Amino acid sequence: MSKARVLTGKHFMHGDYACAEGALAARCNFFAGYPITPSTEIAERLSRRLPEVGGVFIQMEDELGSIAAILGASAAGARSMTATSGPGLSLMMENLGLAIMLEIPCVIVDIQRGSPSTGLPTMAGQSDVMQSKWGSHGDYEIVAYAPWSPQEIFDLTVLSFNIADRFRTPVIILGDEVIGHMVERVIIPPEDQLPIWERKKPPHPPSDNGQFKAFQPDSHLIPPMAHAGEGYRVHFTGLTHDERGYPDMTADTHHKLITRLNNKIRHNADQIIRTEAYHLDDAEIVIISYGCTARSARRAMREARLEGIPVGLLRLVSIWPFPEDLIQELTGQVQTFIVAEMNLGQVRREVERLIHKPVKGIHHAGGAMIPPEPILKTIQEVAQHDYT
Amino acid sequence: MTTPKFVDSHPLDEIIRADRMPHIWCPGCGIGIAMRAYAAAILESDIPIDQHVVVSGIGCSGRVAGYMDIDSYHTTHGRAIPFATGIKLANPSLMVTIFSGDGDLAAIGGNHLIHAARRNLDVKVICINNFNYGMTGGQVGPTTPYGARGTTAPYGSPELPFNLPSLVAAAGANYVSRWTTLHVRQLKLDILASFTRPGFNFIEVLSPCPIGFGKSNRIKDGLEETELYRERCVLVDNGKVVALDVLGIDLREDKPIFIGEFVNRDRPPYAPIQLEGKS
Repeated sequence: MSKARVLTGKHFMHGDYACAEGALAARCNFFAGYPITPSTEIAERLSRRLPEVGGVFIQMEDELGSIAAILGASAAGARSMTATSGPGLSLMMENLGLAIMLEIPCVIVDIQRGSPSTGLPTMAGQSDVMQSKWGSHGDYEIVAYAPWSPQEIFDLTVLSFNIADRFRTPVIILGDEVIGHMVERVIIPPEDQLPIWERKKPPHPPSDNGQFKAFQPDSHLIPPMAHAGEGYRVHFTGLTHDERGYPDMTADTHHKLITRLNNKIRHNADQIIRTEAYHLDDAEIVIISYGCTARSARRAMREARLEGIPVGLLRLVSIWPFPEDLIQELTGQVQTFIVAEMNLGQVRREVERLIHKPVKGIHHAGGAMIPPEPILKTIQEVAQHDYT
Repeated sequence: MTTPKFVDSHPLDEIIRADRMPHIWCPGCGIGIAMRAYAAAILESDIPIDQHVVVSGIGCSGRVAGYMDIDSYHTTHGRAIPFATGIKLANPSLMVTIFSGDGDLAAIGGNHLIHAARRNLDVKVICINNFNYGMTGGQVGPTTPYGARGTTAPYGSPELPFNLPSLVAAAGANYVSRWTTLHVRQLKLDILASFTRPGFNFIEVLSPCPIGFGKSNRIKDGLEETELYRERCVLVDNGKVVALDVLGIDLREDKPIFIGEFVNRDRPPYAPIQLEGKS
């Protein structure tokens, strides 16, 4: 009873299901997860769909185990994913660090809800932005995407697998309950039109004198990846290690390794960052928003434009790495930045860090979408203050 | 500095990362003996070396992954079993062995241990039990006998310990046994046999930790603890039902330590749902 892996066509689809279908379209063949609202529908969908296409679904005993299992599967060559929400993401922080240190590609979907703690399980939040960047211990760079529609969660799930494999890194999808539980049109392209970026493999077969160094980076700072069972006899350790993968617990090796792990994302940030600009060309006021809140921000921007206010919208499709260069470039032309987000100022802080002047924030702790009205009101107030 | 070379070759060269020697283990420690049994079992098995994978957690026993010259993964504390779960399910042709310690597997990783046993996941676990946390310097752990001392229990442990074979058997594993680092031949044969026994195989290996456990509990060195094993170990009749509650251990008491095969049954091993090929 083999069914299609890629459901090419037009659908009226639930956001969590679109995420699951995006994973399948990206040739994900391993999912481990633990039920948690509002991400559970991803696991439910994949528990039905993965067996149909020869993939593996396993429900683990907790989120600690879920992320460990997807790392193991990826180390054995699978494209692997887990899905969770804030409380589960907190538990995954331990092995997120392992994924960084072992450079194991994987995709972690976080359908955010009202937080902290149990918070608002069935209601939206966007407050895991900083946890995704700083939640695990140590210096690391993370990649995170924030979809604003079921279509985009499909597209970004495909992209996340490709970014994860190309840069040997975990990628977080920062969805939210609104997007996860929204039903909208989703267009799934034909399988042959889906880009698949393969992992870079070792240049020589293992029989060639066995001198493959499992953590020797290429010119982009990314080591080719050998999988369990391929004969390279690799050693992966969460300890500080040298280019052979052997523990080498010296200050010099540690600094060199951690610098490379950070730089492989920083130096390749232009390939990772995705943003969407609306009317930025002549904008003197710019709203920065992402995920479900960006939908309200776009509406507010359009209404303000009808009133003649020179406002634009910068939608963060990726949140991490942060689009520092782009925002700094805008500071010359933009009088006021407004950040709209369903938390108490996590991205606003990042923007303030970059532009060295106050940023207007429209914040809500979560539970209900920020509607367009308060954003429009803030735009009008800023415009009145600056242009009258 | 070059390391002086005393022998040209070693029988385990094929499978040990000799360039990582000397190892970190203390004089009198038993982990190396158990690793040698594992290495010898791999060499004697019909499974090609490159299909063997070892996964470890954190602690002295967790360092085994770094010394075996096979695909080897030294993961986070307690997470060796779920990491190994991913490897095994992504590539079922691999022979996946988890080599770790009692603290790693039964305390911080305890939830994964019982759930992998419940699933009857087709992996092999070699669990070094030295009754304490050795790497961090002799703290009490989930297997420390009631009243025994450790650096975090200077007045004696006020907690009752896990009886690991009983725990894993109750959770559902297909196979549960216990040996000590005195029983090197039996241990090697049991590991070798585990490669062909489907399902969750749990082999507990009692091991001296003279620096960690011994120093706090008047066991002066590895040899003295090994002598205790020799005096007190009682081999159970294979296949005969053993009362699991007699499997508890307290080295300070002159009571028998039961070793051998405790559980050997044929529950179906975990297999992910596969629809392909079915009509």
